[in-house]
Amino acid sequence: MTSLPASTDKKLGLVIDLDTCVGCHACVVACKEWNTSGYGTALSDQDPYGANPAGSWLNRIHTFEVIPDGEVIGTAGDARVVHFPKSCLHCEDAPCVTVCPTGASYKRQSDGIVLVDEEKCIGCGLCAWSCAYGAREMDLAEGVMKKCTLCVDRIYNEELEEIDRQPACVKTCPAGARHFGDLADPQSDVSVLVKERGGFDLMPEQGNKPVNKYLPPRERTELGANSAPPESEEESVAAEGLLGWIDRALGTLDGKGAK
Amino acid sequence: MHPAASVIAFTTLSGLGYGLAFVLALGHGNPAATSTKIAWFLALTLISIGLLCSTLHLGNPQRAWRAFSQWRSSWLSREGVMAVLTFIPLTLLAAMSIFGDSFNLALGYVGGIMAAVTVYCTAKIYNSLRTIPQWHSGWTIATYLGFSLSSGTLAYVGLFRKPLEEGRTDVWTIVALGILIAAWVFKFMWVQNAASVGYGKSTMESATGLGHIGKVRLLERPHAMGNYLTNEMAFRVARRHMNLLWKICVLLGLVLPAVCLALALAAPAALTFFSFVALITHMLGLLVERWLFFATARHAVGLYYGGDAALVPAE
Repeated sequence: MTSLPASTDKKLGLVIDLDTCVGCHACVVACKEWNTSGYGTALSDQDPYGANPAGSWLNRIHTFEVIPDGEVIGTAGDARVVHFPKSCLHCEDAPCVTVCPTGASYKRQSDGIVLVDEEKCIGCGLCAWSCAYGAREMDLAEGVMKKCTLCVDRIYNEELEEIDRQPACVKTCPAGARHFGDLADPQSDVSVLVKERGGFDLMPEQGNKPVNKYLPPRERTELGANSAPPESEEESVAAEGLLGWIDRALGTLDGKGAK
Repeated sequence: MHPAASVIAFTTLSGLGYGLAFVLALGHGNPAATSTKIAWFLALTLISIGLLCSTLHLGNPQRAWRAFSQWRSSWLSREGVMAVLTFIPLTLLAAMSIFGDSFNLALGYVGGIMAAVTVYCTAKIYNSLRTIPQWHSGWTIATYLGFSLSSGTLAYVGLFRKPLEEGRTDVWTIVALGILIAAWVFKFMWVQNAASVGYGKSTMESATGLGHIGKVRLLERPHAMGNYLTNEMAFRVARRHMNLLWKICVLLGLVLPAVCLALALAAPAALTFFSFVALITHMLGLLVERWLFFATARHAVGLYYGGDAALVPAE
């Protein structure tokens, strides 16, 4: 059924910290590694060692430059570089689910995860067209749509230690920039984090009500007064010893005299 | 958006077929005449070819039958269901004409309305996408319906009207000319909207949520080479060719057919020749129109790849 559930019991999702992310792409690689041998068919590559390599990825990192318009010394006009991981946001009003003609796309009532049943997918690509975030990518080898499963085969996997029952991207992030949890529960770690740090939605104007939240880069502090270079060399303490002799000798030569 | 040849062929050919079927289903054409029988056969053939073309861009066309299941929520599914259901009255009407020299107006109205609803569903597939503001406009629906009917009436006049004696005026030629102009009015309204709508309310700032800091610019793409998203949604076209293609589109789709229809009115004896040329140029114009419909569309995901800066390759 491609009609969306009226509400879901949980809203499992990710909270991504744009302040902490260092753009190392470890989550991207861990995602591909886990998911190419997990849920559904492998994540294929086309021409991987050739001149024009391409492939299906469920998570990609873009890097943006933001030019602040503030007046604060040390920030005005200085570009901030923000690494920006992006994967499926498991939207509450997921248009990718309702446009699906076959029922392959669905949103789970129990936890809100949006999945593709690859056995039913005809590879029409309409769900990818309907997604504003570019979260869905067609696998060109299998002709079926691929997307983030929130590592549904990890988070409930009792074969794994409990500490490992997290999405591969979260587990692998060396900077701790990715957090996983239930965003429907206001007491959960992720909900508290969103509240404390002012987590936001991507493209709220598209009306998709994404579950995943992003934490903004923290405010930059004003550079301290003593971190500025000295105004002038003249204010330096008079040199002594050998350096003092050189100072005096040079001063005699250029006519400024010794200090 | 990537202009897939299969989708361009599907929308133009099935549009033509449904337009022609609509004219025939409303009772035009003598059901006993050979030309009407051929017209029915042609309409059904064009619809079938168009629908078969639409399955060519699927990753797994062998499962296409599953697309009939989600008509409650999906316009693509509704389109598939309507296409199949519409075959019932249209095939009955064609069989009545071909084998029984007869026609039933009540069934004709049912078939005509269903043909129009099918084209409406096709247009809704594109119109319903919030991610593509150029398509998310009522003019998209008006244009699809308009061009389906304009190509259908031109086919009816160009292929199945008999030449008239000098001095007589063919009403159908005037009707075809009127529908042609009306369809292009819809298209011009669509173009006017499309030229200003851009990415709608979405910007690189809203896409990244970083607008509170300042102006956002893409520094690095996720991967050095292209991917499914950039090939499909951030389709690169040299924008300098757009204006030329649009002029060709208007010339072939509107100016030449209109001139030909005017000549057909002036010289009724040459009606078949002129209106046939009008049909051919109109269809060529529609192929360009449909190509531009896809190629010029901006998708919200383009904002993650640098917006318009990514659409125009460095030259």
